[in-house]
Amino acid sequence: MAGGGEEEAKLLGTWASPFVLRAQLALSFKGVSFENVNEDLCNKSDLLLRSNPVHKAVPVLIHNGRPVCESLVILQYVDETFGGPPLLPADPYERAIARFWAAFIMDKLVAPWQKVFTTKTEEEKAEWMEQTLAAVDVLEGGLKECSKGGSFFGGDNVGYVDVVLGGAVPWIYGTEALCGTRLFDTSRVPLLAAWLERFGALDVAKAVMADVPTRLVELAKMKRAEAAAGAAASLPFDC
Amino acid sequence: MADVMLLDFWASPFGQRCRIALAEKGVAYEYSEQNLEQKSELLLRSNPVHKKIPVLLHGGRPVCESLIILTYIDEAWPEMMPLLPRDPYARAQARFWANYIDNKIVDCQTRLLTTKGEAQEQAKKDMIGALKTLDSELGDKDYFGGQAFGFVDVAFVTLTPWFYTYEKYGDFSVEEHCPRIVAWAARCRERESVAKALTDPEKVYEIVQEEYGAN
Repeated sequence: MAGGGEEEAKLLGTWASPFVLRAQLALSFKGVSFENVNEDLCNKSDLLLRSNPVHKAVPVLIHNGRPVCESLVILQYVDETFGGPPLLPADPYERAIARFWAAFIMDKLVAPWQKVFTTKTEEEKAEWMEQTLAAVDVLEGGLKECSKGGSFFGGDNVGYVDVVLGGAVPWIYGTEALCGTRLFDTSRVPLLAAWLERFGALDVAKAVMADVPTRLVELAKMKRAEAAAGAAASLPFDC
Repeated sequence: MADVMLLDFWASPFGQRCRIALAEKGVAYEYSEQNLEQKSELLLRSNPVHKKIPVLLHGGRPVCESLIILTYIDEAWPEMMPLLPRDPYARAQARFWANYIDNKIVDCQTRLLTTKGEAQEQAKKDMIGALKTLDSELGDKDYFGGQAFGFVDVAFVTLTPWFYTYEKYGDFSVEEHCPRIVAWAARCRERESVAKALTDPEKVYEIVQEEYGAN
């Protein structure tokens, strides 16, 4: 829908969150100018608590003074409100397929992947990593199905699923630095490995991700050193 | 094969969502009861990733995951009885609350019914909290979206027969904490699509006890 969004758009977020990053990617791919408001999750702002009283979490998009919460909800809102290239395809069936893979990434890939960083024992970490890798294998099939020979889940152009997965790109590099595991290894998942390179090379992606991959890798190395010294594992955007 | 087919299980609240949506839209379809102990070739072929019901087959093409199916039904048959509102902000609200129901309520339900002791106490507190949040969101409206029966109503109403089971397992009264939700559920049940789809609450309790052991 063209012309709907000249008014102010503000995104409450944190620098490392893949959920925030995917919202930033969506806004950027759509050419929307917005303000990033950095939240300290150990000291949540009144604005955040007022805007997302149910979950008290980021990202929150505030547009025309009204809050939209949850990254996938934000993505669809951005797609429907602002002009610019559509993230979701026009055909209802193709939209359903895109939503399916977005849900898969959330539930089957990101969920166990986060647990790799939050569980304590090496055994548990290994189990969650196995589940994460199993999901990556399935996602390779999803990319094949969605891309129809193109470079992205959206086909020739970046689409909804690319943006959903795109938020996790810095974490792919961070995971390799922290755990030594290459999630999108070219010998196991060649399509996803190629996707990672192509997506990362896009001007919009580079601008949005900026130095997040480097910072995450540095943070990962620091955490690894801390863990070796006996400190508990944690995600960098936890309190 | 009929043009529209629903692979489903009679007692599934997720499958029931799809049945309600199809009925509200006046879409003719073939209902196919699935054996979840011995999954059919058709089910495994149609949902190879999750191997779960419900699956909607339209022109032979599968759509999986109940909320995605609801959205698909709304978009594929847009002229009749829209489930999602037109306005993007209102749509965002509807999606937010449907996700809340799928994540929060379903998680509390699982913990309430399958744990004991302290864990169950916590599940009960969380469930009451979640139901109250929904009660507050509904407020004085007839339906979650306002005056018309819609997306969030379809997503939530199929869980209402489970209230009786929550009450038995958690030893609390849903009506005491959420009178507006209870009134809303009764209002929804006046719709033929809903009345036909919902499982009897006593039957739900029976199934749960068989599945998870008596409370």
